[in-house]
Amino acid sequence: MYTASDLRKGLRIKIDNDPYIITEFNFVKPGKGQALYRCKLKNMVNGNQFERTFRSVDIFETADLQEKKMQYLYKEEGKYCFMDNQSYEQVFLTEDQVGDAKNFLLDNIEVEILFFEDRPLGISLPNFIDVTVTKADPWAKGDSVSGNTKPVTVQTGYQLQVPPFIEEGEKIRIDTRSGEYLTRVKG
Amino acid sequence: MDEDWRLPCKADTLWLRAAMTQAIRRFFLDQDFLEIETPVRIPAPAPESHIEPIASGEWCLQTSPELCMKRLLAAGYPKIFQICKCFRAGERGAHHLPEFTMIEWYRAGTDYLTLMDDCETLIVRIAEEIGLGDTVYRQGRKICLTPPWEKITVRGAFARYAELSLEEALMKDRFDEIMVCAIEPHLGRERPVFLYEYPATLGALARVKAEDQEVAERFELYISGLELANAFSELTDPVEQRRRFEKASCDLRRKNHPTYPLPEHFLESLSRMPPAAGIALGLDRLAMILADQTTIDAVVAFTPESL
Repeated sequence: MYTASDLRKGLRIKIDNDPYIITEFNFVKPGKGQALYRCKLKNMVNGNQFERTFRSVDIFETADLQEKKMQYLYKEEGKYCFMDNQSYEQVFLTEDQVGDAKNFLLDNIEVEILFFEDRPLGISLPNFIDVTVTKADPWAKGDSVSGNTKPVTVQTGYQLQVPPFIEEGEKIRIDTRSGEYLTRVKG
Repeated sequence: MDEDWRLPCKADTLWLRAAMTQAIRRFFLDQDFLEIETPVRIPAPAPESHIEPIASGEWCLQTSPELCMKRLLAAGYPKIFQICKCFRAGERGAHHLPEFTMIEWYRAGTDYLTLMDDCETLIVRIAEEIGLGDTVYRQGRKICLTPPWEKITVRGAFARYAELSLEEALMKDRFDEIMVCAIEPHLGRERPVFLYEYPATLGALARVKAEDQEVAERFELYISGLELANAFSELTDPVEQRRRFEKASCDLRRKNHPTYPLPEHFLESLSRMPPAAGIALGLDRLAMILADQTTIDAVVAFTPESL
Protein backbone atom coordinates (compact mmCIF):
# COMPACT_ATOMS: atom_id res chain seq x y z
CA MET A 1 0.00 0.00 0.00
CA TYR A 2 1.11 3.53 -0.73
CA THR A 3 -0.30 6.77 0.64
CA ALA A 4 -0.42 9.99 -1.34
CA SER A 5 2.78 11.20 0.31
CA ASP A 6 4.65 8.24 -1.25
CA LEU A 7 3.71 9.34 -4.78
CA ARG A 8 6.65 10.40 -6.96
CA LYS A 9 7.76 10.26 -10.54
CA GLY A 10 8.51 6.69 -11.62
CA LEU A 11 6.39 5.03 -8.91
CA ARG A 12 4.26 2.16 -10.18
CA ILE A 13 0.81 1.63 -8.71
CA LYS A 14 -2.24 -0.53 -9.42
CA ILE A 15 -5.55 1.10 -10.34
CA ASP A 16 -8.60 -0.92 -11.44
CA ASN A 17 -6.44 -4.03 -11.95
CA ASP A 18 -3.98 -2.36 -14.29
CA PRO A 19 -0.43 -1.25 -13.53
CA TYR A 20 0.31 2.45 -13.97
CA ILE A 21 3.56 4.37 -13.89
CA ILE A 22 3.65 7.99 -12.71
CA THR A 23 5.29 9.92 -15.53
CA GLU A 24 4.89 13.40 -14.03
CA PHE A 25 4.39 14.42 -10.45
CA ASN A 26 3.66 17.74 -8.75
CA PHE A 27 2.93 18.51 -5.11
CA VAL A 28 0.63 21.53 -4.91
CA LYS A 29 -1.13 23.11 -1.97
CA PRO A 30 -2.86 26.41 -1.38
CA GLY A 31 -1.18 27.89 1.74
CA LYS A 32 -4.23 27.35 3.91
CA GLY A 33 -5.73 24.54 1.85
CA GLN A 34 -5.43 20.80 1.30
CA ALA A 35 -2.33 19.14 -0.06
CA LEU A 36 -2.92 17.90 -3.60
CA TYR A 37 -0.82 15.50 -5.62
CA ARG A 38 -1.11 16.11 -9.37
CA CYS A 39 0.00 13.11 -11.39
CA LYS A 40 0.29 12.09 -15.00
CA LEU A 41 -0.18 8.34 -15.20
CA LYS A 42 0.55 5.90 -17.97
CA ASN A 43 -1.16 2.55 -18.23
CA MET A 44 1.66 0.04 -18.57
CA VAL A 45 -0.52 -2.41 -20.51
CA ASN A 46 -2.03 -0.24 -23.23
CA GLY A 47 0.02 2.95 -22.95
CA ASN A 48 -3.00 5.20 -22.33
CA GLN A 49 -2.16 8.35 -20.39
CA PHE A 50 -4.26 10.53 -18.16
CA GLU A 51 -3.98 13.20 -15.48
CA ARG A 52 -5.34 12.85 -12.00
CA THR A 53 -5.18 14.90 -8.81
CA PHE A 54 -5.01 12.89 -5.59
CA ARG A 55 -5.53 13.98 -1.98
CA SER A 56 -3.65 13.06 1.16
CA VAL A 57 -6.41 10.63 2.22
CA ASP A 58 -6.04 8.55 -0.96
CA ILE A 59 -4.29 5.19 -0.78
CA PHE A 60 -2.91 3.06 -3.59
CA GLU A 61 -2.19 -0.59 -4.18
CA THR A 62 1.31 -1.54 -5.15
CA ALA A 63 1.62 -3.00 -8.64
CA ASP A 64 3.09 -6.51 -8.53
CA LEU A 65 5.75 -6.08 -11.21
CA GLN A 66 8.76 -8.29 -11.71
CA GLU A 67 11.41 -8.73 -14.33
CA LYS A 68 12.38 -12.25 -15.36
CA LYS A 69 15.37 -13.31 -17.40
CA MET A 70 14.11 -15.23 -20.43
CA GLN A 71 15.51 -16.55 -23.67
CA TYR A 72 14.11 -15.69 -27.10
CA LEU A 73 13.14 -18.83 -29.00
CA TYR A 74 11.22 -18.09 -32.19
CA LYS A 75 8.52 -16.03 -33.86
CA GLU A 76 5.31 -17.64 -35.06
CA GLU A 77 2.18 -16.02 -36.49
CA GLY A 78 3.13 -12.56 -35.25
CA LYS A 79 3.88 -13.77 -31.72
CA TYR A 80 7.28 -13.91 -30.11
CA CYS A 81 8.06 -16.86 -27.89
CA PHE A 82 10.34 -16.59 -24.85
CA MET A 83 11.36 -19.26 -22.36
CA ASP A 84 12.39 -19.20 -18.72
CA ASN A 85 15.58 -21.30 -18.65
CA GLN A 86 14.97 -22.46 -15.10
CA SER A 87 11.30 -23.45 -15.19
CA TYR A 88 11.07 -23.98 -18.98
CA GLU A 89 7.87 -21.95 -18.82
CA GLN A 90 7.12 -20.24 -22.15
CA VAL A 91 5.35 -16.94 -22.81
CA PHE A 92 4.22 -15.23 -25.99
CA LEU A 93 4.46 -11.47 -26.60
CA THR A 94 2.67 -9.57 -29.34
CA GLU A 95 4.38 -7.40 -31.92
CA ASP A 96 3.22 -4.30 -29.98
CA GLN A 97 4.61 -5.56 -26.69
CA VAL A 98 7.97 -6.32 -28.26
CA GLY A 99 8.05 -2.98 -30.08
CA ASP A 100 11.38 -1.84 -31.52
CA ALA A 101 13.16 -4.64 -29.67
CA LYS A 102 12.14 -6.93 -32.54
CA ASN A 103 15.02 -5.41 -34.53
CA PHE A 104 17.53 -6.87 -32.12
CA LEU A 105 16.08 -10.26 -31.21
CA LEU A 106 18.95 -12.58 -32.01
CA ASP A 107 18.26 -16.29 -31.74
CA ASN A 108 18.57 -17.45 -28.13
CA ILE A 109 19.33 -13.94 -26.86
CA GLU A 110 18.69 -13.46 -23.14
CA VAL A 111 16.32 -10.57 -22.34
CA GLU A 112 14.38 -9.28 -19.36
CA ILE A 113 10.61 -9.63 -19.57
CA LEU A 114 8.51 -7.39 -17.34
CA PHE A 115 5.51 -9.15 -15.81
CA PHE A 116 2.49 -7.61 -14.10
CA GLU A 117 1.16 -10.42 -11.93
CA ASP A 118 1.16 -13.20 -14.58
CA ARG A 119 0.85 -10.99 -17.64
CA PRO A 120 3.95 -10.20 -19.68
CA LEU A 121 4.06 -6.45 -20.49
CA GLY A 122 7.26 -5.77 -22.33
CA ILE A 123 10.86 -6.58 -22.89
CA SER A 124 14.19 -5.00 -22.18
CA LEU A 125 17.27 -5.88 -24.14
CA PRO A 126 20.93 -5.74 -23.21
CA ASN A 127 22.15 -2.20 -24.04
CA PHE A 128 24.63 -3.49 -26.61
CA ILE A 129 24.44 -6.42 -29.01
CA ASP A 130 26.88 -7.73 -31.60
CA VAL A 131 25.38 -8.69 -34.96
CA THR A 132 26.61 -9.87 -38.34
CA VAL A 133 26.18 -7.68 -41.39
CA THR A 134 24.33 -9.75 -43.99
CA LYS A 135 24.02 -7.21 -46.75
CA ALA A 136 26.29 -4.28 -47.60
CA ASP A 137 27.36 -2.51 -50.75
CA PRO A 138 31.11 -2.84 -51.30
CA TRP A 139 33.32 0.03 -50.12
CA ALA A 140 34.10 2.24 -53.08
CA LYS A 141 37.74 3.05 -52.21
CA GLY A 142 38.56 6.66 -52.63
CA ASP A 143 35.21 7.64 -51.28
CA SER A 144 36.83 9.01 -48.17
CA VAL A 145 34.69 12.06 -47.55
CA SER A 146 34.37 12.15 -43.79
CA GLY A 147 30.88 11.80 -42.39
CA ASN A 148 29.85 9.47 -45.19
CA THR A 149 27.75 6.51 -44.21
CA LYS A 150 26.06 3.68 -46.06
CA PRO A 151 23.06 1.50 -45.29
CA VAL A 152 23.54 -2.13 -44.30
CA THR A 153 21.24 -4.95 -43.26
CA VAL A 154 22.11 -7.13 -40.26
CA GLN A 155 21.13 -10.71 -39.47
CA THR A 156 17.88 -9.74 -37.76
CA GLY A 157 16.73 -7.90 -40.88
CA TYR A 158 17.30 -4.49 -39.24
CA GLN A 159 18.75 -1.76 -41.46
CA LEU A 160 21.02 0.99 -40.21
CA GLN A 161 23.66 3.46 -41.32
CA VAL A 162 27.29 2.51 -40.78
CA PRO A 163 30.70 3.87 -41.87
CA PRO A 164 31.57 2.97 -45.48
CA PHE A 165 34.41 0.58 -44.53
CA ILE A 166 32.04 -2.01 -43.01
CA GLU A 167 31.85 -5.08 -45.24
CA GLU A 168 29.36 -7.91 -45.60
CA GLY A 169 30.04 -10.72 -43.09
CA GLU A 170 31.64 -8.43 -40.51
CA LYS A 171 30.36 -8.09 -36.94
CA ILE A 172 29.25 -4.72 -35.58
CA ARG A 173 28.06 -3.54 -32.16
CA ILE A 174 24.71 -1.72 -31.93
CA ASP A 175 23.32 0.34 -29.06
CA THR A 176 19.82 -1.12 -28.71
CA ARG A 177 18.47 2.04 -27.01
CA SER A 178 19.23 4.32 -29.96
CA GLY A 179 19.43 1.64 -32.64
CA GLU A 180 22.72 3.17 -33.80
CA TYR A 181 26.04 1.71 -34.88
CA LEU A 182 28.76 1.87 -32.24
CA THR A 183 31.86 0.07 -33.48
CA ARG A 184 33.24 -2.75 -35.57
CA VAL A 185 33.83 -5.97 -33.62
CA LYS A 186 36.96 -7.93 -34.52
CA GLY A 187 36.98 -11.69 -34.50
CA MET B 1 24.18 12.68 -3.03
CA ASP B 2 26.80 15.38 -3.33
CA GLU B 3 25.02 18.39 -4.78
CA ASP B 4 27.70 20.98 -4.06
CA TRP B 5 28.62 21.27 -7.72
CA ARG B 6 25.33 23.12 -8.24
CA LEU B 7 26.07 25.80 -5.67
CA PRO B 8 28.30 28.10 -7.76
CA CYS B 9 25.53 28.43 -10.40
CA LYS B 10 23.23 29.88 -7.77
CA ALA B 11 25.37 32.97 -7.15
CA ASP B 12 23.21 35.43 -9.15
CA THR B 13 20.03 34.27 -7.46
CA LEU B 14 21.55 34.29 -3.99
CA TRP B 15 22.86 37.85 -4.49
CA LEU B 16 19.43 38.94 -5.73
CA ARG B 17 17.77 37.31 -2.76
CA ALA B 18 20.12 39.07 -0.35
CA ALA B 19 19.46 42.44 -2.03
CA MET B 20 15.74 41.73 -1.79
CA THR B 21 15.97 41.04 1.93
CA GLN B 22 17.82 44.32 2.51
CA ALA B 23 15.21 46.24 0.48
CA ILE B 24 12.43 44.67 2.55
CA ARG B 25 14.11 45.72 5.80
CA ARG B 26 14.58 49.31 4.55
CA PHE B 27 10.92 49.46 3.45
CA PHE B 28 9.68 48.65 6.95
CA LEU B 29 12.33 50.55 8.92
CA ASP B 30 11.62 53.71 6.87
CA GLN B 31 8.03 53.51 8.09
CA ASP B 32 9.01 53.04 11.73
CA PHE B 33 8.07 49.39 11.93
CA LEU B 34 9.71 47.46 14.74
CA GLU B 35 11.66 44.46 13.55
CA ILE B 36 11.19 41.63 16.00
CA GLU B 37 12.12 38.01 16.48
CA THR B 38 9.77 35.54 18.13
CA PRO B 39 10.60 31.96 19.17
CA VAL B 40 10.73 29.43 16.37
CA ARG B 41 10.02 26.55 18.76
CA ILE B 42 6.61 26.84 20.43
CA PRO B 43 4.35 24.69 22.67
CA ALA B 44 0.96 25.50 21.13
CA PRO B 45 0.49 26.41 17.47
CA ALA B 46 -2.80 27.66 16.02
CA PRO B 47 -4.62 24.46 15.06
CA GLU B 48 -5.28 24.49 11.31
CA SER B 49 -6.95 21.67 9.38
CA HIS B 50 -4.44 21.59 6.53
CA ILE B 51 -1.19 22.76 8.09
CA GLU B 52 0.82 20.19 10.03
CA PRO B 53 3.60 21.35 12.35
CA ILE B 54 6.93 19.55 12.62
CA ALA B 55 7.39 18.22 16.15
CA SER B 56 10.33 19.33 18.25
CA GLY B 57 10.27 17.31 21.44
CA GLU B 58 6.94 17.92 23.20
CA TRP B 59 6.72 21.26 21.37
CA CYS B 60 6.79 22.03 17.67
CA LEU B 61 8.41 24.35 15.17
CA GLN B 62 6.28 27.32 14.20
CA THR B 63 4.19 27.05 11.04
CA SER B 64 3.94 30.86 11.15
CA PRO B 65 4.91 33.52 13.72
CA GLU B 66 1.31 34.75 13.86
CA LEU B 67 0.41 34.06 17.49
CA CYS B 68 3.44 35.68 19.10
CA MET B 69 3.19 38.68 16.80
CA LYS B 70 -0.43 39.24 17.72
CA ARG B 71 0.49 39.08 21.41
CA LEU B 72 2.90 41.92 20.70
CA LEU B 73 0.10 43.87 18.98
CA ALA B 74 -2.05 43.30 22.07
CA ALA B 75 0.83 44.52 24.23
CA GLY B 76 0.87 47.87 22.43
CA TYR B 77 3.31 47.48 19.51
CA PRO B 78 1.26 48.84 16.59
CA LYS B 79 3.63 48.25 13.64
CA ILE B 80 5.78 45.14 13.65
CA PHE B 81 7.49 42.94 11.10
CA GLN B 82 9.73 39.91 11.03
CA ILE B 83 11.59 37.82 8.52
CA CYS B 84 11.73 34.29 9.85
CA LYS B 85 11.82 30.58 9.14
CA CYS B 86 8.57 28.62 9.19
CA PHE B 87 8.19 24.85 9.06
CA ARG B 88 5.38 22.70 7.67
CA ALA B 89 5.41 18.90 7.62
CA GLY B 90 5.05 17.10 4.31
CA GLU B 91 5.18 20.16 2.08
CA ARG B 92 7.67 19.57 -0.71
CA GLY B 93 7.20 20.44 -4.36
CA ALA B 94 8.34 22.85 -7.04
CA HIS B 95 6.86 25.70 -4.96
CA HIS B 96 7.15 24.19 -1.48
CA LEU B 97 9.91 23.58 1.04
CA PRO B 98 9.20 22.13 4.49
CA GLU B 99 11.42 24.94 5.85
CA PHE B 100 10.85 28.28 4.19
CA THR B 101 11.22 32.00 4.85
CA MET B 102 8.27 34.22 5.66
CA ILE B 103 7.97 37.99 5.83
CA GLU B 104 5.16 38.73 8.23
CA TRP B 105 3.88 42.17 9.21
CA TYR B 106 1.03 43.70 11.19
CA ARG B 107 -0.55 47.12 11.38
CA ALA B 108 -2.87 48.12 14.21
CA GLY B 109 -5.85 50.31 13.42
CA THR B 110 -6.22 49.25 9.80
CA ASP B 111 -7.94 46.54 7.81
CA TYR B 112 -6.79 44.21 5.06
CA LEU B 113 -7.28 46.75 2.27
CA THR B 114 -4.36 48.80 3.63
CA LEU B 115 -2.18 45.71 3.27
CA MET B 116 -2.94 45.58 -0.46
CA ASP B 117 -1.33 49.04 -0.70
CA ASP B 118 1.62 47.75 1.34
CA CYS B 119 2.09 44.86 -1.09
CA GLU B 120 2.08 47.19 -4.07
CA THR B 121 4.56 49.67 -2.66
CA LEU B 122 6.79 46.98 -1.12
CA ILE B 123 7.18 44.86 -4.22
CA VAL B 124 7.51 47.86 -6.55
CA ARG B 125 10.24 49.22 -4.29
CA ILE B 126 12.10 45.92 -4.11
CA ALA B 127 11.98 45.57 -7.89
CA GLU B 128 13.35 49.10 -8.29
CA GLU B 129 16.09 48.64 -5.73
CA ILE B 130 17.35 45.44 -7.31
CA GLY B 131 17.33 47.11 -10.73
CA LEU B 132 14.28 45.50 -12.36
CA GLY B 133 12.25 48.72 -12.61
CA ASP B 134 8.48 48.29 -12.94
CA THR B 135 8.54 45.13 -15.01
CA VAL B 136 9.38 41.51 -14.33
CA TYR B 137 9.63 38.72 -16.86
CA ARG B 138 8.30 35.23 -16.22
CA GLN B 139 9.54 32.71 -18.76
CA GLY B 140 9.54 35.42 -21.44
CA ARG B 141 6.19 36.86 -20.41
CA LYS B 142 6.06 40.48 -19.30
CA ILE B 143 4.41 41.34 -15.98
CA CYS B 144 3.82 45.00 -15.23
CA LEU B 145 4.15 45.96 -11.56
CA THR B 146 2.73 49.48 -11.80
CA PRO B 147 -0.13 49.93 -9.30
CA PRO B 148 -3.03 49.69 -8.93
CA TRP B 149 -3.02 45.91 -9.26
CA GLU B 150 -6.01 43.87 -10.33
CA LYS B 151 -8.57 42.78 -7.73
CA ILE B 152 -10.92 39.87 -8.15
CA THR B 153 -13.22 38.29 -5.58
CA VAL B 154 -13.05 34.56 -4.95
CA ARG B 155 -16.64 34.28 -6.15
CA GLY B 156 -15.77 36.22 -9.32
CA ALA B 157 -12.74 34.02 -9.98
CA PHE B 158 -14.88 30.86 -9.80
CA ALA B 159 -17.44 32.42 -12.13
CA ARG B 160 -14.74 33.44 -14.61
CA TYR B 161 -12.41 30.43 -14.62
CA ALA B 162 -14.13 27.40 -13.08
CA GLU B 163 -16.82 24.99 -14.20
CA LEU B 164 -18.44 25.01 -10.79
CA SER B 165 -19.71 27.98 -8.84
CA LEU B 166 -18.08 28.84 -5.53
CA GLU B 167 -21.03 27.31 -3.64
CA GLU B 168 -20.93 24.07 -5.61
CA ALA B 169 -17.17 23.79 -5.16
CA LEU B 170 -17.48 24.24 -1.38
CA MET B 171 -20.33 21.78 -1.15
CA LYS B 172 -18.46 19.11 -3.09
CA ASP B 173 -15.23 19.77 -1.19
CA ARG B 174 -13.49 20.74 -4.42
CA PHE B 175 -12.53 24.32 -3.53
CA ASP B 176 -8.77 23.72 -3.25
CA GLU B 177 -8.54 21.45 -6.27
CA ILE B 178 -10.34 23.93 -8.52
CA MET B 179 -8.34 26.81 -7.08
CA VAL B 180 -5.05 25.11 -7.86
CA CYS B 181 -5.90 23.47 -11.18
CA ALA B 182 -8.35 25.86 -12.82
CA ILE B 183 -8.00 29.30 -11.24
CA GLU B 184 -4.46 29.95 -10.03
CA PRO B 185 -2.80 29.48 -13.44
CA HIS B 186 -4.78 32.51 -14.69
CA LEU B 187 -3.99 34.82 -11.79
CA GLY B 188 -1.39 37.54 -12.22
CA ARG B 189 -0.32 36.81 -15.78
CA GLU B 190 -0.16 40.45 -16.90
CA ARG B 191 -0.01 42.20 -13.56
CA PRO B 192 -0.24 41.08 -9.96
CA VAL B 193 -3.71 40.12 -8.71
CA PHE B 194 -5.36 40.29 -5.30
CA LEU B 195 -7.85 37.47 -4.85
CA TYR B 196 -10.11 38.62 -2.02
CA GLU B 197 -13.32 38.05 -0.05
CA TYR B 198 -12.86 34.40 0.91
CA PRO B 199 -15.74 32.28 2.24
CA ALA B 200 -15.90 32.80 6.02
CA THR B 201 -15.18 29.09 6.60
CA LEU B 202 -11.76 29.52 4.93
CA GLY B 203 -10.38 32.23 7.18
CA ALA B 204 -9.67 30.63 10.54
CA LEU B 205 -8.09 33.76 12.03
CA ALA B 206 -9.83 36.37 9.90
CA ARG B 207 -12.62 38.80 10.72
CA VAL B 208 -15.88 38.42 8.79
CA LYS B 209 -17.24 41.41 6.89
CA ALA B 210 -19.62 43.52 8.97
CA GLU B 211 -22.13 43.65 6.12
CA ASP B 212 -21.79 39.98 5.08
CA GLN B 213 -21.18 37.30 7.70
CA GLU B 214 -20.43 34.72 5.00
CA VAL B 215 -17.33 36.56 3.77
CA ALA B 216 -13.96 36.77 5.51
CA GLU B 217 -11.80 39.86 5.12
CA ARG B 218 -8.96 37.88 3.63
CA PHE B 219 -6.91 38.22 0.45
CA GLU B 220 -4.15 36.38 -1.32
CA LEU B 221 -1.63 37.95 -3.67
CA TYR B 222 -0.77 36.18 -6.92
CA ILE B 223 1.91 36.91 -9.46
CA SER B 224 2.27 34.67 -12.49
CA GLY B 225 -0.02 32.02 -11.00
CA LEU B 226 2.08 31.80 -7.85
CA GLU B 227 0.48 32.35 -4.45
CA LEU B 228 2.73 34.86 -2.70
CA ALA B 229 0.92 36.24 0.33
CA ASN B 230 -2.07 35.71 2.57
CA ALA B 231 -3.63 38.58 4.54
CA PHE B 232 -6.49 39.13 6.98
CA SER B 233 -8.29 41.73 8.91
CA GLU B 234 -7.56 40.02 12.19
CA LEU B 235 -10.24 38.42 14.29
CA THR B 236 -10.09 40.00 17.77
CA ASP B 237 -12.98 38.17 19.40
CA PRO B 238 -11.48 35.61 21.86
CA VAL B 239 -14.73 33.64 22.20
CA GLU B 240 -15.16 33.22 18.47
CA GLN B 241 -11.43 32.48 18.05
CA ARG B 242 -11.59 29.73 20.70
CA ARG B 243 -14.64 28.24 19.00
CA ARG B 244 -12.79 28.10 15.66
CA PHE B 245 -9.64 26.61 17.25
CA GLU B 246 -11.67 23.93 19.01
CA LYS B 247 -13.40 23.04 15.77
CA ALA B 248 -10.07 22.76 13.91
CA SER B 249 -8.53 20.77 16.76
CA CYS B 250 -11.46 18.36 16.71
CA ASP B 251 -11.06 18.01 12.96
CA LEU B 252 -7.36 17.14 13.39
CA ARG B 253 -8.10 14.53 16.07
CA ARG B 254 -10.73 12.95 13.86
CA LYS B 255 -8.14 12.60 11.09
CA ASN B 256 -5.61 11.16 13.56
CA HIS B 257 -3.23 14.08 13.10
CA PRO B 258 -1.06 15.12 16.02
CA THR B 259 -2.60 17.86 18.15
CA TYR B 260 -1.14 20.35 20.61
CA PRO B 261 -2.66 22.25 23.51
CA LEU B 262 -4.68 25.33 22.54
CA PRO B 263 -2.63 28.55 22.66
CA GLU B 264 -4.16 29.86 25.87
CA HIS B 265 -1.81 32.85 26.30
CA PHE B 266 -2.67 34.02 22.83
CA LEU B 267 -6.43 33.59 23.38
CA GLU B 268 -6.17 35.48 26.64
CA SER B 269 -4.32 38.40 25.00
CA LEU B 270 -6.78 38.60 22.10
CA SER B 271 -9.30 40.62 24.15
CA ARG B 272 -6.69 43.38 24.44
CA MET B 273 -5.67 43.31 20.78
CA PRO B 274 -6.62 46.43 18.81
CA PRO B 275 -8.28 46.10 15.41
CA ALA B 276 -5.44 45.18 13.10
CA ALA B 277 -4.47 43.60 9.83
CA GLY B 278 -1.67 41.13 9.23
CA ILE B 279 -0.02 39.45 6.30
CA ALA B 280 2.46 36.68 5.56
CA LEU B 281 4.46 36.83 2.34
CA GLY B 282 6.68 34.00 1.17
CA LEU B 283 10.16 35.39 0.61
CA ASP B 284 11.39 32.38 -1.34
CA ARG B 285 8.51 32.64 -3.79
CA LEU B 286 8.99 36.36 -4.22
CA ALA B 287 12.62 35.59 -5.03
CA MET B 288 11.40 33.04 -7.60
CA ILE B 289 9.33 35.74 -9.29
CA LEU B 290 12.03 38.40 -9.26
CA ALA B 291 14.77 35.99 -10.35
CA ASP B 292 12.52 34.38 -12.98
CA GLN B 293 13.02 30.91 -11.54
CA THR B 294 10.45 28.12 -11.85
CA THR B 295 11.43 26.11 -8.78
CA ILE B 296 11.88 27.12 -5.17
CA ASP B 297 15.05 24.99 -5.13
CA ALA B 298 16.72 27.59 -7.34
CA VAL B 299 16.38 30.41 -4.80
CA VAL B 300 17.77 28.69 -1.70
CA ALA B 301 21.36 27.62 -1.22
CA PHE B 302 20.35 24.24 0.19
CA THR B 303 17.27 22.06 -0.16
CA PRO B 304 16.54 19.33 2.39
CA GLU B 305 17.59 16.71 -0.15
CA SER B 306 21.02 18.31 -0.53
CA LEU B 307 21.83 18.20 3.19
